[in-house]
Amino acid sequence: MKEYRHLGDVATLAYDADRCTGCGMCAEVCPHAIFCIKDKKAAIRDRDLCMECGACAKNCPFAAISVRPGVGCAWGILLSEIKGREAPSCG
Amino acid sequence: MMDTKKVGTASPRLNEEGRGSQRSCECSPECCGWTAAKGKEESYTRETAHWIERRFETLVGPIPVVRTRLSRNDVLGKVKARFGIGRMNYKIKPGLYAVGSAHPGSPIFVSANYKLSFDSLRRELVGLDAWILVLDTKGINVWCAAGKGTFGTDEIVHRIEETGLTRVVSHRVLILPQLGAPGVAAHEVTRRTRFKVVYGPVRAADIKDFLAGGMKATPEMRLVTFKLKDRFVLTALELTSPFKYLVIVTAVFWILCLLGLPSLSWKAWYPYLGAILIGGFLVPLLLPWIPGRPFAWKGWLLGVVWAATVAIFQGLLPITAASWERAAANFLVLPAISAFLAMGFTGSSTYTSLSGVLKEMRYAVPAILASFSIGVVLLAVVLFRGL
Repeated sequence: MKEYRHLGDVATLAYDADRCTGCGMCAEVCPHAIFCIKDKKAAIRDRDLCMECGACAKNCPFAAISVRPGVGCAWGILLSEIKGREAPSCG
Repeated sequence: MMDTKKVGTASPRLNEEGRGSQRSCECSPECCGWTAAKGKEESYTRETAHWIERRFETLVGPIPVVRTRLSRNDVLGKVKARFGIGRMNYKIKPGLYAVGSAHPGSPIFVSANYKLSFDSLRRELVGLDAWILVLDTKGINVWCAAGKGTFGTDEIVHRIEETGLTRVVSHRVLILPQLGAPGVAAHEVTRRTRFKVVYGPVRAADIKDFLAGGMKATPEMRLVTFKLKDRFVLTALELTSPFKYLVIVTAVFWILCLLGLPSLSWKAWYPYLGAILIGGFLVPLLLPWIPGRPFAWKGWLLGVVWAATVAIFQGLLPITAASWERAAANFLVLPAISAFLAMGFTGSSTYTSLSGVLKEMRYAVPAILASFSIGVVLLAVVLFRGL
């Protein structure tokens, strides 16, 4: 999906290679194939493709990945601003 | 998708599940809004007759065997849900279902209780013997529910216990839709239930290939897509965003015309119609081909082209002392409308992040507001001068 890119250098995705055991769960769950396994460790291929769904962090058994999960939805963000809620989510 | 963005479910959320499964999710109505389930049991039973083939007895009681061919009722329900009719209550009863001659060794697929998600799964299981464990996601598709956490670890653990699944099957493997992963910690499920979690493909349509490949998904099966068709379905069929505004704008003009404002006519109305269609419909369709990354920018760009077109049609060019106010108002208001609606499509897309949209909005929202307000003031000036 090379043609689909939103703003670069914004994703909150962080990865600690020291904790990684190379199990490959992150590469399996990422809907944008951001992770690949190289030399028995996960590697971030292109972090600007991250949509912060949170699947990788949630499924990492070794807590090597963190990300602030959320929905990239302008309506949701506006609504949560108006209603004064902390985390924008749908509805 | 389905279930769409969130295609998962949400095609964009894709196939139905992909889409709905879709993150079409993110902010499509199938995702937004939790409605209280009133008369839940009643609505569950009322609709079930046509898609349950029979029931068979097991150690844990009778299990419904579901058809793998969608009936006319299913298709009708899908169309209605797509158009937003009764979508918030298009759900089935959570629990265990069987497909074909399910036996203790048959694979278990986990799904959401949004009927579109469930339907897009069962229609792909033709000729298979399988179990379907339906979670209570409050009638929300897989991807959106995973984002909210209702398609989640706790619910899976609870549902396994509640259905007595371990007494029905002889193995300990669950197949989850990949788009359920944001809500589920696979290792936690395994620790708490001894069931191993295997993430299946994003799109239900790939399930047979996934099984044939020894429960291995190819890289393509793992990727969320956002095809022209997905974007068309999201904008044109889910008549939620652009058309709602069309109706409102038309009503406002109609009322103003009734009030006898002389400078108002069809000629004054179609520029707004166009701006809404551009932001809500054309920008989503042309998304990858419009230069620039921010959605609001894409909408603004096409809005400017539209404003120029309108200026030509209305004979405002070349700009003169008499026409500059109306031309300027067009260039301030129309692109602002398109930009705002285009920005709203971030929620239906399958690739924007919260951080990215926040950053876009930090610039876009003040700019849109300023442009729109100044333009409206100018318009008011022109209108009142015409009185």
